[in-house]
Amino acid sequence: MDVQPVFLWTDVLLFGLMACIGLAAWRARRSEPMRAAWRRVGESAVGMASLTILLLFLVVGLLDSLHYRPYLPPAPDAQVTNGRGPVSTEVRSALDALAEPLRTRVEKTYSAPLAYALFAKQTIEKADGTQQRAFPRLKFGGAGLQYPEEDHAGDVLGRIGLGLALAAGAWCLLAGCLVQGVAMSRMVPFGAAWRAVWRGKGGLAWRAVLVTLGLVFLFAGPVAVLAGEYHVFGTDKVGQDVLFLTLKSIRTALVIGTLTTLVTLPVAVVLGIMAGYLGGWVDDLIQYVYTVLNSIPGVLLIAAAVLMMQVVIDTHPQWFETAAERADARLLALCLILGMTSWTGLCRLLRGETLKLRELEYVQAARAFGVSTARILGRHVLPNLMHLVLIALVMDFSGLVLAEAVLSYVGIGVDPGTVSFGTMINAARMELAREPMVWWSLMAAFLFMFVLVLAANLFADAVRDAFDPRAS
Amino acid sequence: MFAYIVRRLLYAPLILLGVNLLTFALFFVVNTPEDMARMQLGAKRVTPEAIERWKVERGYDKPLLFNGAASGAASLTDTIFFDKSLRMFAFDFGRADDGRDIATEIRTRMGPSLAIAVPTFILGLFVTVSFALLLVFFRGSYLDFQGVVLCVAMMSISGLFYIIGGQWLVSKVWHLVPISGYGGGLDASRFLVLPVLIGVIAGIGGSARWYRTIFLEEAGKDYVRTARAKGLSELQALFRHVLKNGMIPILTGVVVVIPSLFMGSLISESFFGIPGLGSYTIDAINAQDFPVVRAMVFIGSLLYIVGLILTDLSYTLVDPRVRLD
Repeated sequence: MDVQPVFLWTDVLLFGLMACIGLAAWRARRSEPMRAAWRRVGESAVGMASLTILLLFLVVGLLDSLHYRPYLPPAPDAQVTNGRGPVSTEVRSALDALAEPLRTRVEKTYSAPLAYALFAKQTIEKADGTQQRAFPRLKFGGAGLQYPEEDHAGDVLGRIGLGLALAAGAWCLLAGCLVQGVAMSRMVPFGAAWRAVWRGKGGLAWRAVLVTLGLVFLFAGPVAVLAGEYHVFGTDKVGQDVLFLTLKSIRTALVIGTLTTLVTLPVAVVLGIMAGYLGGWVDDLIQYVYTVLNSIPGVLLIAAAVLMMQVVIDTHPQWFETAAERADARLLALCLILGMTSWTGLCRLLRGETLKLRELEYVQAARAFGVSTARILGRHVLPNLMHLVLIALVMDFSGLVLAEAVLSYVGIGVDPGTVSFGTMINAARMELAREPMVWWSLMAAFLFMFVLVLAANLFADAVRDAFDPRAS
Repeated sequence: MFAYIVRRLLYAPLILLGVNLLTFALFFVVNTPEDMARMQLGAKRVTPEAIERWKVERGYDKPLLFNGAASGAASLTDTIFFDKSLRMFAFDFGRADDGRDIATEIRTRMGPSLAIAVPTFILGLFVTVSFALLLVFFRGSYLDFQGVVLCVAMMSISGLFYIIGGQWLVSKVWHLVPISGYGGGLDASRFLVLPVLIGVIAGIGGSARWYRTIFLEEAGKDYVRTARAKGLSELQALFRHVLKNGMIPILTGVVVVIPSLFMGSLISESFFGIPGLGSYTIDAINAQDFPVVRAMVFIGSLLYIVGLILTDLSYTLVDPRVRLD
């Protein structure tokens, strides 16, 4: 397709993070302790199941991070050089393109999940000129039904059946590939590999992966088939598909959860090691800085910083070409601000650990041999702190995702134009007071957030158990 | 010990000064008073006179740090930094954007905040410690496993869900208590039951799991085995030995938040319409009332520092091995 790619700051950082993970994985393959630790994660059923879920979320989030600006059709009277018009100011992502029907099929206002009519009665003018109070049919949801009252339930059930069948087929295919892979890597016949996997003896906890994927497919299959005709999670106040909004929220949650720790990681690591290793006035100064930052209540510091950042962004509209870039700048700034309050914990932890490492014999020996401070820090201290950094990275994730929702509710979170779990909940909280209640967008946001955070928490536990010798 | 406390008390103003410098930089250097005036007055076509008037009304027309026009000590005191930041040390917070005195407002709003925060804190501590002890009593069993699963699930649920779900279920479906609001005297309890309950439930997941780890570590130590060997029942060993010693690490996290209870809870106060300091802060954030935000930052930091000192002192009280010097 002929489009102009757009690289937002958070996209670049997100893909940079992926590259770092790839590089770290490649390096970890060569180090026996790292391999052993990761094998312990892989052997834990909970760890593998939660990793599967996280990877699925990650795929959605990465798809939503491939941004581009489509070209508009050329104006009829314009001089066209290469068959395309000016570039659109609207920034879209690969996910938007894949879920094109979900994005474009916008109803008038609220409609319940799987409904074929609007949620509220409206006055409709009939063909014979009389007026009637009724639930108007939706423009898109269930539009193919000729007699909705009779056909609706049957149609939905049929689609669910089809979705389940497709899910079962896809699962069998995937399971076959996976078992074949296991069979080939261990050089055993397919049947033996299948039995080994199913009894939990496939080396890594493949059975947990298969069960998790099975459950996800059981949910995703029917949803995908139904989404072709209905709004599976209903529509919100302005008629947008809630399922689509939920999918878009995933990227925001991932960005906040990962980039926040990532952007402040260098500060925490450098200052923590310096304070612990150098001691003296450097230690005093660094401790003073993080005590000051720590003593300000987190929400207030974030609020103050976000309010100020808002003024900066509002007074410099010329910095941003599109609305998406402005929203993205705000998202990144929010990550930095959240990071500002959260790096102190890791810094303190690293300082304490460095204090211990400094007194170990091999570090003292290196110092006695005249190895330079920078080399000792890089060669002997830093590698022995990496497990703490990794644990902090995964442990912070879930807390940050939850914090985003609260901050957006308070009005100091992401840009109102950015779709996130927080903005969804914020927009939906007045709907509970309606009679009858509009519960679906709130429910969808909470459900997806719960699954994401639960998976992150469980994965963090598995990683901590595998990497921290003291924890178990 | 005495020397230690004096040293800590002397360190406190230094930290507060750092906090003040930071907020000062955020509020006056990153954005100049002109930017703020333009924000507050809204319109793009605002006249320079209007901005000037807005600044004079709020005392933002002075130089930031050093007043060259004044002489002597006034060159340092007749500045925004002295007026807006240093005066806070004397608890002189000035006026909010709506003209009300911030200090008076804080005094009247402290009551409702404490009325919701103190019961939540005490009840929450009691419930989570009991729950953690229960899990430790049944450690290694199916019940323990289920309990840990429940904890992880509960800490994965957004706090907003507890509040919204609780309001919907208890107030809207069961009609037991009002959805939101606040009353004086005994009438207040009607409004406080639900926020306190939700605050306790929302806190169980994370803390109970953490306390369980602490108690488990303690329960595996030699002196507990000795206690069991000399004939103490499991319950006695848990309450007399494990609980007592396990409380020492728990104190770190708990004592430090006690002074901050004054600040109230931002989210639940604004959801339940309780006129405490938490909702005051939220309203100020939404209205971009910067003097109030600055004052709350100052008070919050002050209370946190008090909490840190209290934590150190409480260590010496519960653990005679700890000596502060």
